[in-house]
Amino acid sequence: MDTVETNTQASGPTAYQPAYAPKAKLVSLGNVVTLLVLAVLIAIPMFSKSFFVFQMTQLLVFATAVLGLNLLTGINGQFSLGHSAFYAIGAYTCAILVELGGVNYMLTIPIAGVVAFVFGFLFAFPALRLEGVYLALATFALAVATPQLLKLHALENWTGGVQGIVMFQETFDVPVPFGMSMDPGTWTFYLTLIVFSIVYVLALALVKSRTGRAMMAIRDNPIAARSMGISLPYYKATAFGVSALVTGIAGALNAIVIKFVAPDSFTFIFAVLILVGMVIGGVGWLQGCLIGGLAMLYFPNIAEVFDDIVLWFANIAGFADALPSSNEMQQQFIRLSGVIYGVILILIIYLAPSGAGGLLRAIVGRVKRLVS
Amino acid sequence: MELFLHQVVSGISTGAIYACMALSVVMIYQAIHHLNFAQGEMAMFSTYIAWQLMAWGLLWWLAFPLAVIISFFGGFAIERAVFKPIHNAPVLSHIVVFIALFSIFNSMAGFIWDFTIKSVASPFGEGPFMGSTLLGKHQAGMIVVTVLMLVVLWAFFQFTRVGLAMRAAAVNPESARLVGIRVETMTALGWGMASAIGAVAGILIAPVVFLEPNMMLSILLYGFAGAVLGGLTSPLGAVIGGFLVGIVENLAGTYLGDIGAELKLSIALALIIIVLVVKPEGLLGRKIVQRV
Repeated sequence: MDTVETNTQASGPTAYQPAYAPKAKLVSLGNVVTLLVLAVLIAIPMFSKSFFVFQMTQLLVFATAVLGLNLLTGINGQFSLGHSAFYAIGAYTCAILVELGGVNYMLTIPIAGVVAFVFGFLFAFPALRLEGVYLALATFALAVATPQLLKLHALENWTGGVQGIVMFQETFDVPVPFGMSMDPGTWTFYLTLIVFSIVYVLALALVKSRTGRAMMAIRDNPIAARSMGISLPYYKATAFGVSALVTGIAGALNAIVIKFVAPDSFTFIFAVLILVGMVIGGVGWLQGCLIGGLAMLYFPNIAEVFDDIVLWFANIAGFADALPSSNEMQQQFIRLSGVIYGVILILIIYLAPSGAGGLLRAIVGRVKRLVS
Repeated sequence: MELFLHQVVSGISTGAIYACMALSVVMIYQAIHHLNFAQGEMAMFSTYIAWQLMAWGLLWWLAFPLAVIISFFGGFAIERAVFKPIHNAPVLSHIVVFIALFSIFNSMAGFIWDFTIKSVASPFGEGPFMGSTLLGKHQAGMIVVTVLMLVVLWAFFQFTRVGLAMRAAAVNPESARLVGIRVETMTALGWGMASAIGAVAGILIAPVVFLEPNMMLSILLYGFAGAVLGGLTSPLGAVIGGFLVGIVENLAGTYLGDIGAELKLSIALALIIIVLVVKPEGLLGRKIVQRV
């Protein structure tokens, strides 16, 4: 496959550890940065308004979804334009169990993961024989068909049809457990953070394990991997399943955070958004999932961000008066948001094809060369 | 039995839409070995150009070829401007750029022409075709145009020097370059032709489904299904596949009752997956053998 080159670079240094390698240092740059990020995340609800906390919760949910897709594409080299389907499966499993089954919502998160795993594993069987464009095609079809499947009349008793499901109807808000006197928004943030951290640590452990190495071997050279005794169907299906599992967990978290699921939130556009988040974060660089989540959060509103930048620039350069009134201009930008979105995507592919991860590595490399 | 035949005939008439789309999907696949996810939006944009020309007072028979020619050069220019710099990039980069184009065309059409639904007149006239209750005049015209296009394409690839050069460039770029074929120009030409065929498809579809920026997503899916069913390497297969998809869709709508009608898109999904699992090369496609 052609993806080999960029991907090997992406995960080269951390991925391959020969037996005689020195033990990983406890105090390394990576660990320090991870702890710093964690500390900042923990501190967020203490120092900010509730809307910002809500946004950061969303960011963590999206980051989990990006992590899921990255396990499939970055580690195993398979494509998916249909991860919105697994996200939807997670969200609906959570909503149906909570509303119809009366299950505690925290328990539904792992269950949603397991259900998504089963679906992903099953979908992987036809997908096993497909590569590159064909897999993209099959998953594209899956993404386009998903909202329609969710609206199906025959399933309306469970899925709520077009209307979807409103969650926590009795309490209006997520119940805070253990008698803690915490704001529900803050609690969902910490719940999401805990789940995200667990999934993240497990994902990193998976990549470093024997299974992870087998998956990367398949990505880099399927024929060589096979001749070394790695079972292609088994590992590819597992990768698909694990990826769906993580994405399903993100979906369940999304349902809890939004307190509502509806078929039209899980369209092809959303699948594309996850893909875009992964590309911006860096394919094969799992640490980039937070950056990917950030991109997913702000990319749909890119027009407003762009508008702000133009205004700011106009104020500095002194031609603010020449522009149409800011409201009108913003309207125009919003109507053009798809164009801005597309142009930025193309620029990313041209200038930083390996995303934020690639950029960071390039910068670190430069600095090291300057220092030594 | 009569119901069955009726459904098959009306399936063929919807199938003509998918056959057109499948043909343009296959054209681009031949040239670059990628499926263009922006194909539908490009066709939609071409249709808007035709609509605009007609709104300025041009006759259909003038607006149609003009829009097709504009689309040809547009496709050519897109290949030159956007895809030439990344032609060695991994598959993922291509997919992301296709998605970017998808978004750009969709948003531009909405920006220029609004999201309101526009109707496009049919050049073949309204009403039933030769007194038949199943086939409208427009549908009959579409089938004729699709078949005509297929014959012209076949003749082009079979009997002209450029067609031969394009085939050579697609099958073996290195050798083609050695005998003096400009492979890059051929690729761009393939883009131009695919875009022109897409324009024909879009303009023919518009009287049936109404013109609006999001009209193409589901049609593109059916087009993909048709192309995969017929074989991504065979234009004839794509057209046959497109018609078959139309028939299957109609039969499912009739015999599966409500569920069939509700699950139209899922039928395309199921078709794609079944074909890719059972016979990945499609009905008429060549088997792709990978050399180790």
